[in-house]
Amino acid sequence: MQGSIDNKNQSIQISGTAESVAVAHGHEEHPDLRIFGLFMFLVAESALFIGLFVAYLTFRAVAPVWPPEGTPKLELLLPGINTVILISSSLVIHQADSAIKKNDVAGLRKWFGITALMGVVFLCGQVYEYMHLEFGLRTNLFASTFYVLTGFHGLHVLVGVMLMLAVLWRSIKSADHYSSTSHFGVEAAEIYWHFVDVIWIILFILLYLL
Amino acid sequence: MTANISLPPVAEQSSPSHGHGERRWQDYFTFNTDHKVIGIQYMVMSFFFYLVGGLLAEGIRTELATPDPDLVDPALYNSMFTMHATIMIFLWIVPAGTGAFANYLIPLMIGARDMAFPKLNAVAFWMLPPAGVMLIGSFYFGTAQAGWTSYPPLSLTTGKVGEAIWIFSLLLGGTSSILGGINFMTTILKMRVPSMGMMQMPLFCWAMIATSALILIATPILAGALILLSFDLLAGTAFFNPTGGGHPVVYQHMFWFYSHPAVYIMVLPFFGIISEVIPIHSRKPIFGYGAIAYSSLAISFLGLIVWAHHMFTSGTPAWLRMFFMITTMIIAVPTGIKVFGWLATMWGGKISLNSPMLFAMGFLSTFVVGGISGVMLAAVPFDIHVHDTYFVVAHLHYVLFGGSVFGIFTGIYHWYPKAIGRMYSEFWGRVHFVMTFVGFNVTFLPMHILGLQGMPRRIAMYAPEFQTLNQVCTWGSYLLAVSTVPFLVNALWCWFKGEKAPDNPWNALTFEWMTSSPPEIENFEVLPVLTTGPYDYGVEEEEHLATIAS
Ligand code: HEM
Ligand SMILES: [Cu+2]
Repeated sequence: MQGSIDNKNQSIQISGTAESVAVAHGHEEHPDLRIFGLFMFLVAESALFIGLFVAYLTFRAVAPVWPPEGTPKLELLLPGINTVILISSSLVIHQADSAIKKNDVAGLRKWFGITALMGVVFLCGQVYEYMHLEFGLRTNLFASTFYVLTGFHGLHVLVGVMLMLAVLWRSIKSADHYSSTSHFGVEAAEIYWHFVDVIWIILFILLYLL
Repeated sequence: MTANISLPPVAEQSSPSHGHGERRWQDYFTFNTDHKVIGIQYMVMSFFFYLVGGLLAEGIRTELATPDPDLVDPALYNSMFTMHATIMIFLWIVPAGTGAFANYLIPLMIGARDMAFPKLNAVAFWMLPPAGVMLIGSFYFGTAQAGWTSYPPLSLTTGKVGEAIWIFSLLLGGTSSILGGINFMTTILKMRVPSMGMMQMPLFCWAMIATSALILIATPILAGALILLSFDLLAGTAFFNPTGGGHPVVYQHMFWFYSHPAVYIMVLPFFGIISEVIPIHSRKPIFGYGAIAYSSLAISFLGLIVWAHHMFTSGTPAWLRMFFMITTMIIAVPTGIKVFGWLATMWGGKISLNSPMLFAMGFLSTFVVGGISGVMLAAVPFDIHVHDTYFVVAHLHYVLFGGSVFGIFTGIYHWYPKAIGRMYSEFWGRVHFVMTFVGFNVTFLPMHILGLQGMPRRIAMYAPEFQTLNQVCTWGSYLLAVSTVPFLVNALWCWFKGEKAPDNPWNALTFEWMTSSPPEIENFEVLPVLTTGPYDYGVEEEEHLATIAS
């Protein structure tokens, strides 16, 4: 998302009443619109996923048998473990947020590192699953939707991991890059990660459980 | 409205590099983050694509001057109408409305110094030129040929490269649009001067809230459809391909879930522009501010639940057709509310028939015709007869040309003095209007009749009995082509040689007129404060007259 925001945009804050005119807010004080923008972006992302989910459900609803006959059964163990990893990583990344709110940069690094690692494990698990599945992208409609949906989600996991690595890199490059009052990057990565997590839960239910 | 507020001088933390600098022409060719530069970049770029799309249209009309496919071969004809529509929609109307006007006007209208995310804004703009270049370049490889709707399985059979380029360009354009939507929403909701509540915003901002909501909710669905389509095309899956067990109708649903809202993405910004222009040039307060503001939101919402009216002949079950027929007809209500609001604003006003007002009136008259033919098409029994005929072509051009393009010209003339700092020539503006209005109606009115008589759309040849009317259309389209000449000459000549424009040539009340023409780099010397409603025109004059009478 946006790297920096022109702080002059809000350099003047005039309170609503006629007499009192308050000026001079520092950059940290006025609301940072980037989080709001991120939420707008996630509205669009949700719409994208919902569109794909509804397409999947429609394919499923109009098919006489689902998954089409001859589709090998999906293993639940590995994706189940993956799900647990991803869900718990949402709790882990929250520790990072709490840490930086206490100005604990070392804590931030630690928790972000762990979360990123969990993300990488998840991705490896997914690749491993792909390699051992008995159907390919083109086998049938179920197989195609399976790969496209999980793959597209996997791409989002990858982006999330890269966001975390970027935050890590920045906080290592200069220790005071993030502080209790200014940590948009941390918050953004966390929000995005939760989002990716929620999408996975829906995906898991749709593809594996239903 | 808000009482007078006296504002003590405000200390600004201005860095030396900002402030009173002048724009250099080079800025317009670079990655610049000033919303005004970006607005003009959007306008000039999209106008260029308008000329390209127009050229294609003239080719189509020339081909259709005779019943036989004699000018171009049918495959090239397919390429031409596909590219014509794609370019006109995604590179002209959408970027002109949601790119040019929204970017230029929103920060000025709400008293902000720029958009919420200036860099994102520039990124959004710079995604479009490559999309356009790729589309035009695809003529070299053989373009997509399946129409702007690109229905599979047809679109999977007409050449991989062209179709792949088409998909990729649209994905770029869609992403650009979404990034723009994020910016507009955030800016309008969060960056107004504190004295401006939601109900004191210029109506253009309301229109852009409604537009941005549609962009954020609907455009991603198109992206989803295109991603699946590209897998079918390039990876051999069969999401939409019946031969592999897929469902083409699912594509149609996804496509129209975006593309019906897209027609409102293409027209709501111009509803906003018309709401600005009509009160100013009629010297009267807008009639029904709240009704116009809320009807934009109603249109947005209803626009999301009418899409299958494009699919009445796609095997849609009867109960579903009934649902979509009713919702589609209901959407005419908020649209009608707006039209009545505009007419009531003009009623008894001191109307000056200058170029922006002429185009606004042209917008009203033609858009209403398109709205009415839309309601006709919403009726399932009627639609089954005229679906995929020239009646639909007539309808969509009455709303998209008569609506959106007239809206663009309305906006260009109205804000030209502000953006360029010089006046355009009123005489040539009027000539432009008359030629456009006549040319437009001569081109598209006969298409209603052709459609009712059963002439199918998207075909290079037709039955000989349709020739006379087709030739009328073709002559009209030539007049339309010529009508751009006075516009271009006027706009370019006056850019350099026009009379210097005052800050507020129209005596308007919205913020963009409270700063210099063209506005300085960060828009305002001191941020303006709201002292009147945006449309309190003629109020003082009346009071004045009342005093004289007593
Ligand atoms: C009162 C409002 C409107 C109604 C009831 C309406 C209804 C319809 C219907 C039922 C169709 C499908 C016809 C068919 O394919 O058989 C249609 C097509 C179309 N409409 Fe509208 N419409 C309205 C307003 C608009 C507006 C405002 C725009 C654009 C600014 C627009 C653009 C189009 C386009 C582009 C198509 C053709 C799409 C295609 O097949 O290529 N319409 N309209
Ligand atoms: Cu529609």
